[in-house]
Amino acid sequence: MTVATHPSMSDVPALDVRGLSVEFPTRKGVLTALSEVSLTIQRGEIVGVVGESGAGKSMTGMSVLGLLEPPGRISAGEIRIGGKRTDNLGESEMAHIRGRMVGAIFQDPLTSLNPLFSIGQQLIETIRLHSDRNRAEAKAHAIDLLKQVGIPGADERIDHYPHQFSGGMRQRVVIALALAGNPQLIIADEPTTALDVSIQAQITALLRELCREHGTGVMLVTHDMGVIAETADRVAVMYAGRVIEVGPVDEVLSRPKHPYTRGLMGSIPALGARVERLAQIDGAMPRLNAIPSGCAFNPRCLDAGPRCRQVRPAMVAEGKGAAEGGVACLVYDGGVQ
Amino acid sequence: MLAFLVKRVGNAILVMLTVAFFAFLIFRFLGDPVELMVNESATQVERDELRARLGLNDSFLAQYVRFVGHAAQGEFGLSWRNQQSVATLIAERFPATFELVIIATLLSLLIGIPLGVFTAIGRGRWWAESLQLSSIVGVSLPSFFVGIILILVFSVSLGWLPGYGRGEVVKLGWWSTGLLTASGRAALVLPALSLSLFQITLVMRLVRAEMLETLRADFIKFARARGVKHRALWFRHALKNCLMPVITLTAMQVGNLIAFALVTETVFQWPGMGMLFMQAVTFVDIPVMAAYLCIVSFIFVTLNTLVDIAYAVIDPRLRAA
Ligand SMILES: Nc1ncnc2c1ncn2[C@@H]1O[C@H](COP(=O)(O)OP(=O)(O)OP(=O)(O)O)[C@@H](O)[C@H]1O
Ligand code: SF4
Ligand SMILES: [Mg+2]
Repeated sequence: MTVATHPSMSDVPALDVRGLSVEFPTRKGVLTALSEVSLTIQRGEIVGVVGESGAGKSMTGMSVLGLLEPPGRISAGEIRIGGKRTDNLGESEMAHIRGRMVGAIFQDPLTSLNPLFSIGQQLIETIRLHSDRNRAEAKAHAIDLLKQVGIPGADERIDHYPHQFSGGMRQRVVIALALAGNPQLIIADEPTTALDVSIQAQITALLRELCREHGTGVMLVTHDMGVIAETADRVAVMYAGRVIEVGPVDEVLSRPKHPYTRGLMGSIPALGARVERLAQIDGAMPRLNAIPSGCAFNPRCLDAGPRCRQVRPAMVAEGKGAAEGGVACLVYDGGVQ
Repeated sequence: MLAFLVKRVGNAILVMLTVAFFAFLIFRFLGDPVELMVNESATQVERDELRARLGLNDSFLAQYVRFVGHAAQGEFGLSWRNQQSVATLIAERFPATFELVIIATLLSLLIGIPLGVFTAIGRGRWWAESLQLSSIVGVSLPSFFVGIILILVFSVSLGWLPGYGRGEVVKLGWWSTGLLTASGRAALVLPALSLSLFQITLVMRLVRAEMLETLRADFIKFARARGVKHRALWFRHALKNCLMPVITLTAMQVGNLIAFALVTETVFQWPGMGMLFMQAVTFVDIPVMAAYLCIVSFIFVTLNTLVDIAYAVIDPRLRAA
């Protein structure tokens, strides 16, 4: 097992997304679901991704996994996982990457597991896909993984079926499955949303611990600002298919720059509460087919000026580069007038 | 699992006893067996003697128990039509129908399931769509028409396969099988195909719909995210989740096949139970009808029990029940 050395365990980031755009051709024209999204995640680093429903968080994760639903397609940009370019790979090459270089944890652990196979069968299948262990070695490793994710009585539980586990235990199994191929990156899309509130914290803590231990980078999509504050190293804020602010978590939480982020932070009621709609900001996020020109946020922005309706703000980099930290708002880029 | 098995088999026996009760009611109280069996000129003494010999003076319960005992051994008395033993009549005809229905069912699964899988995973491609489209024809063609076309093409025009009869049969005890001779197998092809065509398209369409549904499931997406390859995804993860409805459909359709076999047997002059039953109905031959009722119910109940057991084997969630 690798020991925690964070955040720069190696110079090659676990994930490097540059200028990613995703389109959906429809009968009424092409919808742009993601527009020039850039994001890096170092090995062992946890990057929270927040934003209102429909902002494109899951879409970003699915693009990285190569699991966009057709007709959705990547129309521009590059994705690198552990330095390897993956956005232009075919399905069979991508199947080789998934599980081994990038793992996934989805929202609902019950529906994530195949009900007709024991968790041992599913673990062993995954382990053997990604290593040349034989059946017995794979089983031993599976039991070891179950112990790591904190499943009591792993030796017996390995033969049990998903329906025999509680929600929290099931999500631990899902985490074990995500780790089975020892990937350097995990896409965790709302991993605790479907769980009982009382066990959400345990699961996030487990995820954080294991990823630190294994040096795994995590893209943690969540609506829960409390989880971000406690778990993430950096946070990316998305709005209408764009990343509009990225930065270290304490900075973004305490000194948000983008007017949208400020609204988002202002509306955090208490730790652990979900942000579905923003109390501080009037209106709703625009539909994909009605994104306003200029800054997508301008109809709702209290700081907006005439320039906001004409110029689309680019990411203004801070620190190491736009994907590490920055903000996309004209206030910081020549003013709104 | 053992408790589950005992419970299922117990249920099956209860159902069979109930069916046997109704068969017994028909057998005993529809018409007077003595009247139908004796000669016009028989005296009252002769009649009473026969009545006693048949045990018709015993209590109702005793008669029912005896009926069940005999039925369990395949004994259903004499046919009112020709005084032959019903058991013999059925033993002569049953193997032909049974082999036809079993082969037709196997064909429908062996052809229908792969076709369903391929039309599901090839959705949108021309070959999958044209198969799907042609399956509508298969569903809507009446089976006697299919039979006649098959005979015309493969038997009359091409002369490849026989169009009537059962070919040579081999006796294995009382069972006569056509499966062990080349001519018997050749004779089985066209009737089995004609009987199963509808079934094949039904299974194919069901599997396709179930596969499309299952392939959208979260656990398929998660399996892909774990790196599971397409082939395992389709044939291991998705197909297994589609099997239950297929099994249910198949078990229910076997009943329909036995019914449809009547038509197929007529078209192909197949010496099965269909003709026997038709005659029994025309002549109000109660013992034959009672036996037919018991046998068909027995097949149904056996299949349903097997389906319940198959469910539990496939789906761990049902094992507790
Ligand atoms: N098949 C599709 N065709 C067209 N648009 C789609 C399709 N799937 C998703 N979208 C759109 O893409 C956008 C991004 O969706 P995404 O699921 O990434 O949102 P999200 O940020 O994960 O939201 P949530 O918090 O609700 O999970 C949404 O506006 C959604 O309507
Ligand atoms: S660019 Fe203008 S509209 Fe957009 S967030 Fe900044 S101030 Fe508001
Ligand atoms: Mg989402």
